Amino acid sequence: MEFLQSIPWLIVLSSVAKTLFLIFLVVLPMVSYTVYAERRVSALIQDRLGPNRTGFPLTLLGAKKDFSPFLGGLGQPVADAVKFLLKEEFTPKHVNKFYYILAPILAMVPALTTLAVIPFGSYLFGQKMVIADVNVGILYIFAVASIGVYGIVLAGWSSNSKYPFLGSIRSSSQMISYELALGLSAVPVLMVFGKLNLSDIVSYQSHNGWLLFPLWGEGLTLQRWVLLIPIFISFVVFTISMFAETNRLPFDLPESETELVAGYHTEYAAMKFALFFLGEYAAMITGCSLIVVLFLGGWDIPFHIIPDNTPELSTGIWGIILGLVHITVFFAKVFLLLLVFIWVRWTLPRFRYDQLMKVGWLYLFEIALVNIFLTAGILAFIK
Amino acid sequence: MAYTVPRPKLTLSEKAYLPSIVAGLAITWKHFKNMLTGKTKVVMQYPEERWDKQMPEHYRGAPTLVKDDHDRERCVACQLCEFICPPRAIRIKPGELPAESKFAKVEKYPEEFDIDMIRCIYCGLCEEVCPEQAIFLRKDYAITGTSRKEMVHNKQKLYELGGVMHDLVHKWNPEK
Repeated sequence: MEFLQSIPWLIVLSSVAKTLFLIFLVVLPMVSYTVYAERRVSALIQDRLGPNRTGFPLTLLGAKKDFSPFLGGLGQPVADAVKFLLKEEFTPKHVNKFYYILAPILAMVPALTTLAVIPFGSYLFGQKMVIADVNVGILYIFAVASIGVYGIVLAGWSSNSKYPFLGSIRSSSQMISYELALGLSAVPVLMVFGKLNLSDIVSYQSHNGWLLFPLWGEGLTLQRWVLLIPIFISFVVFTISMFAETNRLPFDLPESETELVAGYHTEYAAMKFALFFLGEYAAMITGCSLIVVLFLGGWDIPFHIIPDNTPELSTGIWGIILGLVHITVFFAKVFLLLLVFIWVRWTLPRFRYDQLMKVGWLYLFEIALVNIFLTAGILAFIK
Repeated sequence: MAYTVPRPKLTLSEKAYLPSIVAGLAITWKHFKNMLTGKTKVVMQYPEERWDKQMPEHYRGAPTLVKDDHDRERCVACQLCEFICPPRAIRIKPGELPAESKFAKVEKYPEEFDIDMIRCIYCGLCEEVCPEQAIFLRKDYAITGTSRKEMVHNKQKLYELGGVMHDLVHKWNPEK
């Protein structure tokens, strides 16, 4: 009995509610519509139209007309999901079954787990809009995100086939190389904030201007403006490393279709393949969220147009609206960044493998390292 | 002696790579924007937009049978089309016109006239060979069906597609 009383039920229940809301109502639909956006934007860039047919077949349910909203094709993700669910769950005979099944799970889980520390809103019903408000925020993300490489390695190894194997080897060395630059480029940011807690970082930016746009509050000091140089460098390095971490073009060597069939998921079909696919896009969303939180002010609306949201305020109607607006703003920023990811993908050709390693080890790593000293110098000498 | 491939000399901005990326992004953005504002022409959206209006007069679509001004079927079941048809898509069962018929002097008419549209190659030889100008290739090009049987156009279907063809031959017109 004592044990039951010792459990903080309110925190447990609110965390479960936030998790369910974030994963099932926001991230998973966002993943599937990012896939749709990817197809649509790539088509528009290549002077095509893309999937513009699949609507919602309301006629099957007795309605007069099918519902196909403004751009058309918005039913495509739903149709894709149904297709993946209904396909035969085929497992080739030559695979190592246990790891073969484990791999897609390991690709999906870390991407969703890292979302736990992302502050996706201010306050709603007196609750902070972050699932786990821990003080090791960024470290936790780096730690969990690097597990993602296991999914790919295991997939390549257990498939018992040369192309997935090559793809997974490439992927693991690439992710390990770029994790260095990723971690080091985040250090200057942490030096400016002086803390690792992501929701604190966002509220700091809300009062003192975004890290990349210090235009209000206490962000108008000389130090913050000089700091823009190293911050911008670390923003660029961080974003580039994030491209590599999420296996996006121009760093998509692990699944380069022209050489490796489909890379590490060549032997996968149906829902197992879909898990890889979703995991990749979920990792993209997590990566974009992290960039938004660190550099672009998280859920903050610029210039303090709207007053702060507080736990006390957020139980009232005005606070609820404000909380919802903040959540919307956050995911709007994430979505814009995702569009940039897509835009870059359909612009750049793929690197050669030695070029990829060269960029990672000879340029990004050094730039990030020097950048730390630059930031430290500015923080020490310019007040 | 190995041949050394001459490498192009890169300028500083090309070596830095980032300016080229920005230039590339500008190009793709231009394409994206032109598509969104409707400046780029894209392919015809087939089921909604059709090319029927641009179709030339000599277009060879589905072969059909036609009737003349007096609502008489022009075909006299001479079977020339059946013989010339390269893929043998046409099957005709000729019949004799009864003596009391208004057009009794024509003597023959097709009891059954089937064109297998799976076999038809739209060559137009049937139209060319027909002495009565009874068979014409019309502009229907979307011939679909869910079974082989459905794809065989019988006489009724052929007249439905063909309709009435005015003028041309008036051989069987009693007034002329």
